[in-house]
Amino acid sequence: MAAPTQTVERTSESPHPRVGERLRILAAHREILANLVRKELKVKYAASVLGAVWSVLNPLVYLAVFSFVAKVLGAGIPNYPVYLLSGLLAWNLFSASMGSGARAVLDNANLVKKVAFAREILPLAAVGVGLVDFALQSAVLLLYVIVSGYGLHLPELALWPLAFVTLLVLTVALTLWFSALNVRYRDVGHLLNIALLVWFWATPIVYAEFQVQDLAEGGRGTWLGIPRLALYLLNPMVDVVAGFHRALYGTVTPIGSPEPVLFDKSLAWVAGILTITLIVSLVGVRFAWGYFFSRSGDFAEEL
Amino acid sequence: MNAPAIEVADVSKRFRIYRDKPTSLKQRVLSSRSRAEDFWALRGVALDVGEGSTFGLIGHNGSGKTTLLKCVAGILRPTSGTIRQRGRLAALLELGAGFHPELTGRENVYLNASFLGLSRRQTDAAFDDIVAFAELEDFIDNEVKFYSSGMLVRLGFAVAVHVKPDVLLIDEVLAVGDEAFQAKCLDRVRAFQREGRTIVLVTHALDTVIEICDRAAMLHHGELHAIGMPADVVREMRYVLLGVTDPNFVPEEGTREAEIAEVQIVRPNGSSEGAILRGDPLTIVIDVRQNEPLDDLDVDFAVLDGATNHAVLDARTSRADLDLGRFEKKRVRFRIEAFPYEPGKYWVTVGLSNRTTGHLYHVQTQRYLFEVFDAPRVQERVEVPVAVEVEDL
Repeated sequence: MAAPTQTVERTSESPHPRVGERLRILAAHREILANLVRKELKVKYAASVLGAVWSVLNPLVYLAVFSFVAKVLGAGIPNYPVYLLSGLLAWNLFSASMGSGARAVLDNANLVKKVAFAREILPLAAVGVGLVDFALQSAVLLLYVIVSGYGLHLPELALWPLAFVTLLVLTVALTLWFSALNVRYRDVGHLLNIALLVWFWATPIVYAEFQVQDLAEGGRGTWLGIPRLALYLLNPMVDVVAGFHRALYGTVTPIGSPEPVLFDKSLAWVAGILTITLIVSLVGVRFAWGYFFSRSGDFAEEL
Repeated sequence: MNAPAIEVADVSKRFRIYRDKPTSLKQRVLSSRSRAEDFWALRGVALDVGEGSTFGLIGHNGSGKTTLLKCVAGILRPTSGTIRQRGRLAALLELGAGFHPELTGRENVYLNASFLGLSRRQTDAAFDDIVAFAELEDFIDNEVKFYSSGMLVRLGFAVAVHVKPDVLLIDEVLAVGDEAFQAKCLDRVRAFQREGRTIVLVTHALDTVIEICDRAAMLHHGELHAIGMPADVVREMRYVLLGVTDPNFVPEEGTREAEIAEVQIVRPNGSSEGAILRGDPLTIVIDVRQNEPLDDLDVDFAVLDGATNHAVLDARTSRADLDLGRFEKKRVRFRIEAFPYEPGKYWVTVGLSNRTTGHLYHVQTQRYLFEVFDAPRVQERVEVPVAVEVEDL
């Protein structure tokens, strides 16, 4: 077989990346990305009999457990499993990507020290692994929603792509940043675990969105002149999860519920906060990428 | 001539060294910034590697040769300067070039080949050859963590050579593995040479460099110290490394109407060997022979710092307004009253030229060496002249 005789010309990277050029390099390295995701999945489930079934088992167990204990824990949220999982799956993608992304460069030290490739691929592969789990778990949720007769809510479902893209961009930004940071400061990984725990409870996944809105808008409703709800929305995962809730849970005030479950706002309002979060996250990706890139030139030496 | 396969232009690489290596945030916050020190692993290195040539890179440990190789490979990014490289590149750095222990040999081959720019289908085509070359047919579906180091090197080398790189970078890997496999690797390197591929070899095996390289360069403290024919550079390497003077190694040029017959660096004790102390006088004695009658002959010398290669001192007869005239043989003495510079090794370059046209008759570049020690303080007694005077009161 004749090998293709294209002449590759390569110039050493300049310390300041140009976005277009970097994107082209990443596109050229997509096979490496695919291989790394495959590798991570394989390593993750290496020597386990059930393999990827474990990934699906997690939401299945959640569904089973919360169908039973929803009456107690559900805090009056009808169809609690749907509410919980639509937010939890987004959270899982976010936290799993960041958790393994923070270790991505360290864990692949032998690659970083020996082979040349766009280093961004390592944290991106962590996000890729998170995406595979997200897809499997979403399939479980979708199946449940259809089989249980809960059904999909059409105008609201249109919000899903926006919520998903925002989640992805936000996750990529933070994963890039943490994985670069963790090379120099090894305790960032530990810090991240604690931060994620607090972050989880600061996001309306287990409890109803409206509970927060009710608290925030009761009383004076402002803090230093800023609406307290706006402060809550500063947490980007609140906006993302609100998007997923609206798209999949669908109804603000379900039948049989005395008060709203989701934020008592219009669909356009949710789309609005998602768009703002998306724009901020895009700016975040640019900065995180720049930081990652400027650090990545020395990764091989710092490991 | 073809465009060079690798162009290294004024490349420097700085590392930050943390004295206590504070890798946790707490230490980082508590420790002052001044703990970080700059270390220049490469400083202003410039060299070209011609397409299809085999280039040897030598230097003692810590001279920066591996850093340079990693910069060329794209594993490290130069702090300043640029490296241009043409063609597909494969780098073999130390053991098992980036294998993952949890994956099987087969999976690692595919992963590794994709890093080297091979698609899945191209890897399929080369797979059997790779396994056969590595002699790992029975183990290819075992996880790599069960491999011996020799097996890892074999697999790494097999993948690298089978992706048919245009440029192959090899760092010391030829020294591992059993003798039979080493011979096989050398065979493959020679085949690569015949096929016109470019090879850069980093090694401590100086004889290998002479044997298989077309050109070589020596790095010393991160700077390019010598570049040229492998035999010359290796001689230079032995010179610097062992302090052994090799009279056969004479980087010389000139048209030889006049010749440097002999050079002696005379120490204060009259000997032309041994080290001097800082502040000692030093005489550079140059015997000059004119092969044909010449007017305006100028004799000069320069002293270069062995660590930096910068000239620290020079003198010439014309500057002292000395006209040597026509002669058969003359002796020129340059007397340095007190050599003032830091302890270390110093090179002497000697030259004969025409004082009006600048034409070079004979130049011996950095052929002579002397070493300076620090003047002793308390350890040794030194002769200090003490004058005695007696006065009537």
